[in-house]
Amino acid sequence: MTVNGGKPKFAMYWAASCGGCEIAVLNTHEKILDVDANFDVVFWPVAMDAKYKDVEAMEDGSILLTLFNGGIRNDENEHLAKLLRQKSKILVAFGSCACEGCIPGLANLSPVGDIVHTAYNTITTDNPNEIYPRATYDVPEGELHIPTLAKVLRPLEQVVDVDYFMPGCPPESHQIAAVIDLVIKVVKGEAELPPKGTVIGAGDSTVCDECPRARNVKSIKEFKRIQDIAPVDPDLCLLEQGIPCNGPATRSGCDARCPGAGAQCIGCYGPAEGVMDYGARLITAFSSVIDATTPEEIDRILDGIPDPTGQVYRFNLAGSLLKANRDAWKVK
Amino acid sequence: MTERIGVYVCHCGSNIAGTVDVVDVANWAAEKLGHQGVVIARDYKFMCSSPGQELIEKDIKELGLTRVVVAACSPHLHEKTFRTAAKNAGLNPYLVELASIREQVSWVHSDKAVATAKSKAVVSGAVSRVIENAPLEEIKVPINPNTLVVGGGIAGIQAALEIANAGFRVYLVEREPSIGGHMAQFDKTFPTLDCSACILTPRMVEAGTHPNITLLTWSEVVNVAGYVGNFNVTIKKKARFINEELCTGCGICQEKCPKKVVDDVYEAGLGYRKAVYTPFAQAVPNFPVMDKENCTYFIKGTCKACEKFCPTNAIDFNQQDELINIDVGNIVLATGYDLFDARRVSNYGYGRLPNVFTSIEFERLSNAAGPTSGNIVLRDGKTVPKSVGIIHCVGSRDRNFNNYCSVICCMQGLKFAHLVHERTGATVYNFYIDMRTAYKTYDEFYQRVLEEGTLFVRGKVAEVTDAARYSNEKGKLIIQTEDTLAGKQRRIPVDMVILSSGLQPRHDAKEVGKMFGISCSTDGWFTERHPKLDPVATMTEGVFIVGCAQGPKDIPSSVAQGAAASARVLDKILQKEVALEPIKATINKEMCSGCRICNGLCPFNAIAFLADDNVSEINPALCQGCGTCVAACPAGAISGMGFSDEQIIAQIDGLLLRNLEPA
Ligand SMILES: Cc1cc2nc3c(=O)[nH]c(=O)nc-3n(C[C@H](O)[C@H](O)[C@H](O)COP(=O)(O)OP(=O)(O)OC[C@H]3O[C@@H](n4cnc5c(N)ncnc54)[C@H](O)[C@@H]3O)c2cc1C
Ligand code: SF4
Ligand code: SF4
Ligand code: SF4
Ligand code: SF4
Repeated sequence: MTVNGGKPKFAMYWAASCGGCEIAVLNTHEKILDVDANFDVVFWPVAMDAKYKDVEAMEDGSILLTLFNGGIRNDENEHLAKLLRQKSKILVAFGSCACEGCIPGLANLSPVGDIVHTAYNTITTDNPNEIYPRATYDVPEGELHIPTLAKVLRPLEQVVDVDYFMPGCPPESHQIAAVIDLVIKVVKGEAELPPKGTVIGAGDSTVCDECPRARNVKSIKEFKRIQDIAPVDPDLCLLEQGIPCNGPATRSGCDARCPGAGAQCIGCYGPAEGVMDYGARLITAFSSVIDATTPEEIDRILDGIPDPTGQVYRFNLAGSLLKANRDAWKVK
Repeated sequence: MTERIGVYVCHCGSNIAGTVDVVDVANWAAEKLGHQGVVIARDYKFMCSSPGQELIEKDIKELGLTRVVVAACSPHLHEKTFRTAAKNAGLNPYLVELASIREQVSWVHSDKAVATAKSKAVVSGAVSRVIENAPLEEIKVPINPNTLVVGGGIAGIQAALEIANAGFRVYLVEREPSIGGHMAQFDKTFPTLDCSACILTPRMVEAGTHPNITLLTWSEVVNVAGYVGNFNVTIKKKARFINEELCTGCGICQEKCPKKVVDDVYEAGLGYRKAVYTPFAQAVPNFPVMDKENCTYFIKGTCKACEKFCPTNAIDFNQQDELINIDVGNIVLATGYDLFDARRVSNYGYGRLPNVFTSIEFERLSNAAGPTSGNIVLRDGKTVPKSVGIIHCVGSRDRNFNNYCSVICCMQGLKFAHLVHERTGATVYNFYIDMRTAYKTYDEFYQRVLEEGTLFVRGKVAEVTDAARYSNEKGKLIIQTEDTLAGKQRRIPVDMVILSSGLQPRHDAKEVGKMFGISCSTDGWFTERHPKLDPVATMTEGVFIVGCAQGPKDIPSSVAQGAAASARVLDKILQKEVALEPIKATINKEMCSGCRICNGLCPFNAIAFLADDNVSEINPALCQGCGTCVAACPAGAISGMGFSDEQIIAQIDGLLLRNLEPA
């Protein structure tokens, strides 16, 4: 790939996200200097000042690489997604929110009104006058606009065409570094880009594949929260100990950090290569290995997972096959 | 490559065409699904007829079809027919898809517009799916020529003899000490009244001595693995404490054994046997079993009378249960029935009123070899009844118990009436709801019993009681019933009541069915492959069901089924190999992470874990394509051939008409 007129341009943007993805990029330490050495950073709100109108003024396709993190929750997110798509050659859905909705996507289970109401009436928010944000507001200086919430959060791909997907909440720094290295090589003509639509910066197996824990034929009599088990066997598969571990359906790439450190996988690397619907896969897998003979026993064991949706769709609700981006609560 | 798809919409006479506008469906498919590759769509009166099949074959050849969709009945019925047609025309049979617009549309809808619209969706789903179908090759495996028959009642004996006579090895496994089943308990059999033992014993002896039959009594199957042609079966041969090699069946041990035990099985609790016993004189095999629970030696540590007197030293107190492993190609289940427990109808007083008898008790009572040497007497063992009431349908055709008709009880009740009449001259009343005497010479038997003077009361008996209201009822059992023909309530005092109890599935039918991979109906009888056209086969290839295990029936029907199943088994054996459906699951090794979730799930034990590679693997010869593991694998590493995600998603898209070109 050749780039005319100096260094290729790089952009990074955060839509509905927590900011962790940005930190993860900065966490690549000295690798960040390579980015600076090889790219012209034209837009990166967390790291430098830039105006949307500057981006709007750029030539279409003039940015070589945009890392887009965050889901699409409001009209500002949507505008930037479309704008950056137009301006970028390579648009990467970066991190779990952009890839599959992540934690913000869980809000798709609630109508917007409920979300706003909850946000402005928490224990720490005193709101005696019932003041809620409005889309437009008249002030002496003129009319103010704030972004309007969409009915649901959508992963980037449900809004614009995406070239690559880089999962993780956030993506592991060593994976980010490897991807940066690859793009630099491509720029220098030393490597080829993978086919469009590829998941990059991750493996194509599951977390179990990288997990060091020993496993046997499973038969689960009881699901428990990890803090309720003492002691947790340090060498045995957590799922076999009754701790609902999402490793079996989750894409590899994190080096099985959580199970390695003694905590169950919660699924932040998203669905594994062959998984069409993450939650459906996990819940069938879990139910397949519970050891029960009566319907009552089945209920009792499954009741050990107090929040099934949160357990099996924690990161994937908005991106699931069921597409919770539809106005689910309106369906009769 | 774009496929060339032919769509064939069947009228099924008026079965489909009466409710679905089949011409409209065909025209719609040609027009709207053309972009998917539909090059021809036809409707035809009977697609399964020879001209119907020829239509498909001709189009495959002349139009170069690469995929075929037949919108007709359920795949259950005719998938094979149309796959064979495709094969005849040179197309891989698995590129044919059946869209069920009969069972799933015309039979369940009445509104023609709705049914037609739904048919279009079903056809559209099938078209989208068939594009994703892959050509599959049948797998051929050799058939083991040995057969397992489970249950040595008349049905099992018949099946075993026919197969053995054709020259093939049969393992006949019977749970009780002797073969014979229920028939061995009867004195006479309806409608001809021939002596049960006279017609049964020769068959039992033949089975016991047949060079091709390995008889394993006092034995039960404990595990079944494998599939048609190649089952591996583990049989537990319970310890008899008798060395079968040495025992000559002289019976001295039984004679000398001091311990008498009430015989609840063969004598229905009316007679005694010893702790070491053969259930009846003509038992096959004729060596006894020792009942450990009741044997004095096993309880107290002393006795051994049998050992002292046994002339061949055949008693072996140290014998252990033995596990026998055999390979067979086919299995016939002939496990029969249990008798309905008459205690459950508490208003008939069985178990509380001594002179209320069950049908099987009466069989023993009237049996010349039974506890009363065939004398029909009351529970006191001596009084001959002067009047007897026989109640039909006990536990059958009754919502509180079993909804079904037990088939044989009317005839059995008539048989009892005849025997009581003949042997005691008593007045006999038969209480029936409807008289069911279908089948050859059965109604003639009814006429005969009528002529003999038996009194018939049509109505359901409300109660049997010993609470006398009138002087003529004192010391009697009073049958309180509605007489629907006379239109009044009646109280009929009798000396003896016989309950014509119904037949029930074996108490363990569910577990036994599960072990052999077959299912039970809601009533609990083993389910046949097709209720009319395939009554002895099951949904599991190579497993057949015969006799009362399949549902209540009489001896002639049980024998006919035994013979029918043997023909099916012989057919399979003579084919020497069997084509297995290539619908199998496979594991993508790259995607498998060795989580081992699938490992314990396969009902056919087809999944093995390769510890060295940390992956699981499916043995295609064992996999039956049930799909359990496909659903369970959290990594999506397992795919079911013929049921891939692509096929299913495409079918759903088609059903939702998402495959149509935007207007
Ligand atoms: C009182 C009464 C009178 C009858 N009179 C007549 C009559 O006169 N004429 C007529 O045509 N029909 C009559 N019938 C019906 C007749 O009994 C049946 O049609 C016939 O016995 C069915 O034979 P079967 O082999 O299917 O079952 P069964 O006779 O029940 O034989 C089944 C055999 O399988 C064995 N078995 C069960 N489970 C297992 C297992 N898991 N492993 C190994 N072995 C097992 C049992 O021990 C038994 O030996 C009568 C029925 C009753 C109740
Ligand atoms: S602990 Fe979790 S990640 Fe590790 S093997 Fe078990 S299920 Fe898989
Ligand atoms: S040991 Fe005694 S009680 Fe036991 S079977 Fe022999 S004779 Fe009968
Ligand atoms: S369930 Fe799937 S990933 Fe797990 S061992 Fe089986 S095939 Fe492999
Ligand atoms: S599909 Fe899976 S579970 Fe079913 S038979 Fe095959 S290997 Fe066993």
